Amino acid sequence: MVTEHEVNHIAELADIGINTGELGTFTHQFNAILEYFDILDRVMGEQAVSRDLCNVLREDVVEPSLSQEDVLRNAAHTEDGFIKAPRVM
Amino acid sequence: MAGHDFCFEPDDRYNAFLTTCKNVTCGSGNLTGVAVAVKDNISTKGIETTCASKILKGYVPPYDAHVVELLRQSGAAIVGKTNMDEFGMGTTTENSAFGPTLNPCDTGRVPGGSSGGSAAAIAGGMVRMALGTDTGGSIRCPAAFCGIVGLKPTYGRVSRYGLIAYANSLEQIGPMGRTVTDVSTLMGVIAGYDRHDSTSCNKPFTHTPRADIKGLKIGIPGEYFGAGVDPEVATVVNTAIGRLEELGATTVPCSVPSMEYALAAYYVTCTCEASSNLARFDGVRYGPAADTNKSWHAAYQEVRRAGFGTEVRRRIMLGTFALSSGYYGKYYTKAQVARENVKRDFARIFSEVDVIAGPTMPTVAFKLGEKSDPLSMYLSDILTVPVNLAGIPAISVPCGKVAGMPVGLQIMGRPFEDERVIDVAYAYEQAVT
Repeated sequence: MVTEHEVNHIAELADIGINTGELGTFTHQFNAILEYFDILDRVMGEQAVSRDLCNVLREDVVEPSLSQEDVLRNAAHTEDGFIKAPRVM
Repeated sequence: MAGHDFCFEPDDRYNAFLTTCKNVTCGSGNLTGVAVAVKDNISTKGIETTCASKILKGYVPPYDAHVVELLRQSGAAIVGKTNMDEFGMGTTTENSAFGPTLNPCDTGRVPGGSSGGSAAAIAGGMVRMALGTDTGGSIRCPAAFCGIVGLKPTYGRVSRYGLIAYANSLEQIGPMGRTVTDVSTLMGVIAGYDRHDSTSCNKPFTHTPRADIKGLKIGIPGEYFGAGVDPEVATVVNTAIGRLEELGATTVPCSVPSMEYALAAYYVTCTCEASSNLARFDGVRYGPAADTNKSWHAAYQEVRRAGFGTEVRRRIMLGTFALSSGYYGKYYTKAQVARENVKRDFARIFSEVDVIAGPTMPTVAFKLGEKSDPLSMYLSDILTVPVNLAGIPAISVPCGKVAGMPVGLQIMGRPFEDERVIDVAYAYEQAVT
């Protein structure tokens, strides 16, 4: 069982923004869904077998890309060719 | 390249489109002048792309998805962007921030999802073909519910470059159309290697459908006809499989025991991937403006609360929870073991049969608003998600009706045998039309 307190904590971690009015509904739904997920407890084994996959990488060389203008076009706030973000500190 | 002008002014009474392009100039190629609709989570340069989410309202991609570039080269007229469940999260297209799409077969019912707009645009006669995406059945479900054809290709066969990611390890872009031939033609345009997708395989599709299925061995999994599957749907699908036997195929009973936990494994995996993928929507580089006077977390939370719909927020939180310290082993790790078991079950069956057949969906299309509880909505994906976990190809082809609503026959194949599932669907389609 997860509690409203835990759901609120998860919402904080995910930066999802949650209203106190929504907490009860989300908690109720999460408990039903997580109870269904408990069926995974029946799965034997602790680690998925590796499937001989390999990473696909390219050489680290500069290639033509989008222009600065194109990249900034969808940003709401820009300044001197930079994207302006909320303050972090 | 010669330019052709295409005028597109559909009577969109089903809310299939989020954006339409009235005047399109297209080039020459295999699809010259063919109207093709594109699901709104596939990037189209210069055409608004929202994933049916308020958080991307107004976003105009500066580049084309690889498949869109291929469509343009083929001469297709990209006539619009289709409605969907927000970010592909849903089974009905009711989770669109811009209103649900209606099923052209019965406007009181959902078209299925998440590629419901693409399916309705085809079923409603507005376009001949469309692109959809399939993370857990999102091409096959709406194809079944709207009575059209939809293919979920083998993972890696079609580039995902430019697809706005929801669950990378599960999703594929795929073709939808009125006929198997149309689906095959569109697959021929979009399949092939792309260096911008690290999971892309060099397997172009150059096939022409063949209706000869003499000697084909078809596995019939008991789980696809068991509890939760509407008996009337099962009867229609069984009759269709009987038709394949008349055409020279043989059927063998088989079993997918991992189906017991496949749905849970799917939902854990896709929500975990979503929680990571959707972290990028912060109102800084695109989307509604974050308030730069506020602190980072306050601004970020404000944008995401207002921009994401309830189902998207639910899945991000579920994924964050399943990946959090203390729960990772219980949920994510177990889901990956379960996923291997699903893969192994299919490999075992495919060592004895050529394809597997069953219903695409357990029921016909739901009534609008019928499924309000999230878990009951998730459970309706049980017959489509195993294919995504295993990365194999599967097609849905119309095979009859129950209470006037279309039923889909699902044909699943070995990895990279998309050609074979297309042939089986084609053989069936040719026999009944």
